[in-house]
Amino acid sequence: MSAVKLLPGVYWVGVVDWNVRAFHGHTYITRRGSTYNSYLIVDEKIALVDTVYAPFSDQLLRNISEVVPPEKIDYIISNHGETDHSGSLPALKKACPNAKHFGSAKVKETLEKMYYLGLDLQVVKSGDKLSLGKKTLSFIEAPMLHWPDSMFTYLIEDGVLMPNDAFGQHFASSARFDDEVDGSPLFEEAEAYYANILWPFSPMVLKKIDEIVKMKLPLKMIAPSHGIIWRKDPMKIVNSYVEWAKQTTRRKAVIAYETMWKSTEKMAYSIVDGLVSEGVEVKMYDVAETDNTEIIREMLYARGYLFGSSTHDNNMLPNLAMFLEFLKGLKPSGRKAAAFGSFGWAGGAVKEMENFITSPGIEIVQPGISLKFAPSPEELKQCFEFGKEFAKKLF
Amino acid sequence: MDKYKCTVCGYVYNPAVGDPDNNVASGTSWEKVPEDWSCPNCGVGKDMFVKEQ
Repeated sequence: MSAVKLLPGVYWVGVVDWNVRAFHGHTYITRRGSTYNSYLIVDEKIALVDTVYAPFSDQLLRNISEVVPPEKIDYIISNHGETDHSGSLPALKKACPNAKHFGSAKVKETLEKMYYLGLDLQVVKSGDKLSLGKKTLSFIEAPMLHWPDSMFTYLIEDGVLMPNDAFGQHFASSARFDDEVDGSPLFEEAEAYYANILWPFSPMVLKKIDEIVKMKLPLKMIAPSHGIIWRKDPMKIVNSYVEWAKQTTRRKAVIAYETMWKSTEKMAYSIVDGLVSEGVEVKMYDVAETDNTEIIREMLYARGYLFGSSTHDNNMLPNLAMFLEFLKGLKPSGRKAAAFGSFGWAGGAVKEMENFITSPGIEIVQPGISLKFAPSPEELKQCFEFGKEFAKKLF
Repeated sequence: MDKYKCTVCGYVYNPAVGDPDNNVASGTSWEKVPEDWSCPNCGVGKDMFVKEQ
């Protein structure tokens, strides 16, 4: 992808990573690929806001060269030190030897410890401004959105907020703007991004958005570091962040289970029927078949969580244990839960699942249901009732 | 009672509030916060906190 002019003097010079499917390790499955967005602002002074993942450095430099020779860059701003946005700094240090480097105090620490380049980074704080001539950049520190080093850069005259990972989506596209793509999958990816990356920092998200709203910044565009730029109605994604950060839920349940010989799965089907009979919206996933990323996205709005596992070695199955561990780190709050599963002789999975759910935000609202070997028709009826009972707790 | 601020993420521990989600009751002074307590925002230990001026 070539450079794209977003506004007079403002260019996207990032890259599209069409084929990435496993993102930072295997913690995030990017089924629609992603982009690493880098923004070039050309005025009397030339500034580059964020870079791209190292393997794409040549492409970044090519895109910059379509607009200006890279050695003409005066300022490089690092909003965040994570590798996918800072990876090209070693290449840029060579290509733009005269550029001054700016970022938060924490990003300075991150970059020093990550690249050992002796970067001469000038620390900026919230409210600091950097004049480029007619255009001005201002900085807003945003710790824990989503790393301690995170910062937003705001291009005052054009009303463009560059919040790095906040408001981003893993969404590969040849289009750059939200009004050029199908809105449903785009929003789904924005939701997945929040659920999988920002959920644990919800209290900080609320505080920061409140602060920004009070600043009354005119917002013409929100240009994140991944995916598509919001310009049709930039406040829509901001308002959705507020809703997600407030842990808004609806009468929806997600059943996450793992099964050995399908007995636990049969239980899950009957529980679904019980929930549906009470009007609850349900999603059911075998965690060994579906990636965490998608299940976690569905859990964002779900008030009810049901966990199921067969007993194996007196414990729950390993994929479910892994899933629960991941979920715990995301710190959901205000959720209701219960556990179920089948066993052969001693049982144990249900107890282990219940013991594991110690997160203050997930409350076990009814005793688990544990069945021996394959469920009988009578026992499946119990599972149905178990689902019905759980549904009543979701008002 | 003094407030303590996390030097990594900026979270402020306020003894008047405590951290009830993580079993630290309101009214718990910084000195009485368990040594294995960690910042509810970013996860670093007590040693990364400084007294707020």
